[in-house]
Amino acid sequence: MTSNQSKKRRLLQGNEAIVEGALAAGCRFFAGYPITPASEISEILSVRMPQAGGTFIQMEDEIASMGAIIGASLAGVKSMTATSGPGFSLMQENLGFACAAEVPCVVVNVMRGGPSTGLPTNPAQGDVLQARWGTHGDHPIIVLAVSTVDDCFELTVRAFNLSEKYRVPVIILSDEMVAHTRESIILPSSDEFEVIDRITPSMPPEWYIPYEDTSRGVSPMAAFGEGYRYHVTGLVHDVRGFPTQRPEEIERFISRLFRKITKGFNEIQMTSSMMTEDAEVAVITFGSVARSARRAVIEAREQNIKAGLLQLITLFPFPRHPVEEVLRKCRAVLVPEMNMGQISREVKRVNTEGTHIKKHNRIDGQFMTPDEILSQLIKL
Amino acid sequence: MPKEVTKLIHKYLRHDKKFPHVWCPGCGNGIVLGAMIRAIDRLGLKKDDIVLASGIGCSGRMPVYVDFNTLHTTHGRALTFATGIKLAKPSLMVITIMGDGDATAIGGNHFIHAARRNLDINAIIINNQIYGMTGGQHSPTTPYGCYSTTSSYGHIEHAFSISELAVTAGADFVARGTVYHAELLEELIEKALQRSGFSIVEVMSNCHIQFGRKNMMGDPITMMKWLRDHAVTLEKARKMTPDSLKDKFTIGILADVEKPVYTKEYEKIRKKAQRSSKVKNESRSI
Repeated sequence: MTSNQSKKRRLLQGNEAIVEGALAAGCRFFAGYPITPASEISEILSVRMPQAGGTFIQMEDEIASMGAIIGASLAGVKSMTATSGPGFSLMQENLGFACAAEVPCVVVNVMRGGPSTGLPTNPAQGDVLQARWGTHGDHPIIVLAVSTVDDCFELTVRAFNLSEKYRVPVIILSDEMVAHTRESIILPSSDEFEVIDRITPSMPPEWYIPYEDTSRGVSPMAAFGEGYRYHVTGLVHDVRGFPTQRPEEIERFISRLFRKITKGFNEIQMTSSMMTEDAEVAVITFGSVARSARRAVIEAREQNIKAGLLQLITLFPFPRHPVEEVLRKCRAVLVPEMNMGQISREVKRVNTEGTHIKKHNRIDGQFMTPDEILSQLIKL
Repeated sequence: MPKEVTKLIHKYLRHDKKFPHVWCPGCGNGIVLGAMIRAIDRLGLKKDDIVLASGIGCSGRMPVYVDFNTLHTTHGRALTFATGIKLAKPSLMVITIMGDGDATAIGGNHFIHAARRNLDINAIIINNQIYGMTGGQHSPTTPYGCYSTTSSYGHIEHAFSISELAVTAGADFVARGTVYHAELLEELIEKALQRSGFSIVEVMSNCHIQFGRKNMMGDPITMMKWLRDHAVTLEKARKMTPDSLKDKFTIGILADVEKPVYTKEYEKIRKKAQRSSKVKNESRSI
């Protein structure tokens, strides 16, 4: 009997799988505020967190939720919050703090139609660029996009791992479609996936320099209350964590924030490709639209169109190299998305070969079907 | 006495790292810092166990100077970060230091909810009735009729009473002091730190540079005298008529009640949750 047969198959929705992934990754603190279509994550964690010995708290708003998870992470506990567009907007302020003070945390944004209150119960992908640039100032951030219930588990674990390893907030972009679709999945057992914890200082407190540069650009992180008394601030700071206005220290600080992510590009930038080896036309997409795109590409092949699919799993840092490779190989590329063209802008940005790029956008709150992607593919 | 002060400075301040400080000569913030340090020292708390979290503004710089686990958060959000820290590690003594604009304008929502929720957090709010760091704009506690850089024709809004707001919002322990009554302040902070549940000490302070200058109190001594003459102890206030109390404020302990504390309540929730999941698993295996 294989291990998969011994394990139970479960029928889960995306939001439930995110909860399972978070708990499996060692998340023991969750703060949130009710919002459709992310509320199930809060509801389930209010039951599961205390069972796991962790803490769930419903805060007064999303600003507070974001602040609370940063606080918990500073105290040494892996933390997460979950929200949707309007709440994500409110989180941007403290999200910037987490970037500047390099506090690991995971933010799930179950996208719905926008702008403003928008379409609370319909899927959309309109928060892609907000996830990258929503908080002010130059800052690095990692954005992952889920497309299936399996993804929701796996990428949530991955999100925590990247966040802990690089000391950077990681955004998981889901959408109403993935969040509420139920699929049958087998949850892996704990020996089947890797869990990474932040590096903590091993030197005596008097030697600890909290924001010291290292070869990876990531410094060990002490939890509050462990004897390393240091200062954490959202102001630009020196290696000891104290505010600075010295140009050379400012420059060193901002560059290191970017360098630590650049150094990890190979590991951070994840894509998945299907039938791209001999493709003449390709679909580049992400999230729930990738589900329809997969079907559309298979059907195109049945009609003797040499089509392929490049699914972006990491949206930011933008996986430039795999996209460039597809642009080099293919005659034309279709970028379907449920927004006005946020990822197609990125694809166009790296298109140095002059490949024909066709964007296809759906903004009516309806899910993008395989048929409509196929009809666009045929026209390429 | 001077020797005693030097000892405390060496024990609690990051004197070799981040001085001189950013505060103006005569600022009340130093008196609050001193009172807090003496209270902590008297209680014999361990520096490793203390978290001092602040928001933004002049008060927000306080954590830089003290040798605790220190956190300088975003404007108005100190209590939200403090909530996460306290829940993740209840053994820590979490103190937040905020200004009047910080705590009751931009952070007003967090303030009332922290009071309602009753987490074991100590909030010290320095109320100087103005936004000092940004140049003297009116805050939620700027009195009616006063002048500021954004109320040049006289302030037409009405001020919050921070302590009364805290009492109404359900805080366990609420006290008000001033930087003139430094010894009383120390006592109030000491009491607050000993209390479980959410405790607030509002400190009436002087910003002679940004508030005083526009309101004919442009030096620290005049402002100190103003604090002395307008503060009334609770005992005295009980004997006074509402009319004579009109432009005064009370000092002392305004509320002191016992309510279940969040962290202890949550510990019960954990036990309940773990019991119910065990029962569920057992019934499943049958």
